[in-house]
Amino acid sequence: MFKNRWFIMFALLLSLGLVLAACGGSSDGGEDEATGNEGEGSSEGSGEEASGENGDFSVAMVTDIGGVDDKSFNQSAWEGLQAFGEENGLVEDEGFDYAQSESDADYVTNLNRLVRQDYNLIYGIGYLLQPAIEEVAGQYPDTHFAIVDSVAEGDNIASITFKEHQGSFLAGVAAANKTESNQVGFVGGVDGDLINKFEAGFVAGVKSVNPEIEVDVQYAESFAAADKGKLIASNMYDKGIDVIYHASGATGNGVFAQAKDIKNNDPEANVWVIGVDRDQHEEGAVNDTNVTLTSMVKRVDIAVQDVSTQAMNGEFPGGEVIEYGLEDDGVSIARTNEEAMTEEIISAVEEWKEKIINGEVEVPSTIEDLETYVNSL
Amino acid sequence: MLFSNRVINILIPIISVLLGLLSGAIIMLVFGYNPVTGYAALWNGAFGDSYFLGETIRQVTPYILSGLAVAFALRTGLLNIGVEGQVIVGWLASVWVGISFDLPMILHLPLALVVAGIAGAIWGGIPGLLKAKLGVHEVIVTIMMNYIALYISNEMVRSVLTDGDDRTAEIAPTASLASEWLASMTYFSRLHYGILVALFIAAVMWFVLNKTTTGFELRSVGFNQNASKYAGMNVSKNIILAMVISGAFAGLAGAMEGLGTFGYMNVKSGFTNIGFDGIAVALLGANTALGVVLAAFLFGTLKIGALNMPTEAGVPTELVEIVIALIIFFVASSYIIRWLFLRFKKEGK
Repeated sequence: MFKNRWFIMFALLLSLGLVLAACGGSSDGGEDEATGNEGEGSSEGSGEEASGENGDFSVAMVTDIGGVDDKSFNQSAWEGLQAFGEENGLVEDEGFDYAQSESDADYVTNLNRLVRQDYNLIYGIGYLLQPAIEEVAGQYPDTHFAIVDSVAEGDNIASITFKEHQGSFLAGVAAANKTESNQVGFVGGVDGDLINKFEAGFVAGVKSVNPEIEVDVQYAESFAAADKGKLIASNMYDKGIDVIYHASGATGNGVFAQAKDIKNNDPEANVWVIGVDRDQHEEGAVNDTNVTLTSMVKRVDIAVQDVSTQAMNGEFPGGEVIEYGLEDDGVSIARTNEEAMTEEIISAVEEWKEKIINGEVEVPSTIEDLETYVNSL
Repeated sequence: MLFSNRVINILIPIISVLLGLLSGAIIMLVFGYNPVTGYAALWNGAFGDSYFLGETIRQVTPYILSGLAVAFALRTGLLNIGVEGQVIVGWLASVWVGISFDLPMILHLPLALVVAGIAGAIWGGIPGLLKAKLGVHEVIVTIMMNYIALYISNEMVRSVLTDGDDRTAEIAPTASLASEWLASMTYFSRLHYGILVALFIAAVMWFVLNKTTTGFELRSVGFNQNASKYAGMNVSKNIILAMVISGAFAGLAGAMEGLGTFGYMNVKSGFTNIGFDGIAVALLGANTALGVVLAAFLFGTLKIGALNMPTEAGVPTELVEIVIALIIFFVASSYIIRWLFLRFKKEGK
């Protein structure tokens, strides 16, 4: 028995050695291959090459665990980078690229990797990356960083935020005008300052139109759990709620799935979803109708493009907080579903939008402010 | 005898790793990616320079401990699926000590580690107690305990350790395993002293199991409960003890994340997978201390190296996950290879 075990250990050691050796061998091959194609094999080499062609500028982003196909926030940011790359003739994987995080332990590793591949500007997409980006930015003062949806301290970090509460307020106005049961729902991702902003704005918007409407607020505690989203949506629709606003990234895909299931079984059912971050019209398509009432569009793509352009021109807004709101179309309400968004709803939304821009209405952005706001109605 | 038992035991892990790499390569070829550049990127991402080496070792550290936790229970014949939950309570406990006490380092750091171990031990001990006294199967209880740990710790972070935030404060530097020196040597990787703790625990496990009477009893219960009972051993006591020690190891794995890698605890939207990966690490390491350490290195390498495959070799993330899963699959299915070997051997006779 004792001997036997030693042999297993020895065998493992050997096999590990073999794996390493195998990888080592292919490493050489890889460089040869790459030399044939690009002239430079190593990642650093290709980074330099790219910057040489494109006026010394390259940009990359690190996603949170949602990934660039989350149909929401990360995807929007990636579309912005792609547009920026196209505009400036950059090549994907060289001039612009993304690194996807599989868990929250990967944020720092991914940021570091991109720094070491000599990208000039690196985005952290989502507030979850704030501690990671502060840490890495402190270690590499010569690289520029930007964080979306959070404020990070540091002279080489630009913080990009949105007035989501304003957009959510208008989503609330639309929901309040659409509901027939006088019950609407809110599905949040992770309970925290950021998503509370959506919640506060939405509830304020609903109550401003009709204080009698009930708002059911649920958090899925994840931005990537479509199954939980579906479960929450199923409970809400069963209770008689007919409009659900989700601010939950990929979790919201479950909300759409549930609404579409109901619509499939009963084409007359009155169920609606309000999308978030991107115009989620296509997510709601079912047969020849659509369950997406509207979407609270947050132009992460425009913001990413904007800041990239500034950085490329040598005007990187380091240490600043840039806020996008209703007045500069940083947040807006989609009108793609013309059938569902009637003239009446649109004019109500426009009316409130004017009031917000004029400063006539101060939209609450925290749960405490929301209470004061609702009590004052 | 062409294939003696010794040769088979050496060949099986080698063949399974090679088969895994080969099938990963085929998948990459089928989808039109170059497996050579793919594996080169994996290698560079794990060992390319001292930064990545540091990150790989950082990832290996909790894997060693969670692997040891699973292995220890398995040696006593218990399948501890609850390592994941024990990791989470250990993480929470270590961060709680880290932010709540003001002590010199010589007391603070050991206290944080010990409390994490105790928290994990309690979490592992409950299923052990239920198994020993009431015969409730430990797999079911530990799976449920994982969820309890996840949601309780989320609530603790939100309501007890902070005022509605989704992340605790940073732990005091006196409780931290992180080291300026290690970080500067590896270009700011998050490498921390936890690796020493992990290796020490591996040595402890080897010693306890192989050199002490307690260890002999634990293994004996693992082989045959009835025979052990007949020989005058207290089976219930040994079952509880095995789960307590296993849980303590898992709690320490959590402390590695809490005191080393992160320095805080956040609200978790799902499991960390450190505990679940620990099951594979333990099986691959044949439930021995040294085997677990080596298997943890393989897993850590794959995990960290894989992050580099999309950026350097252009292999999409989804495909990388398939390739890594295939490697693990073949490594874990060494039983099939063993069976094939034995078959050939019989036919040869």
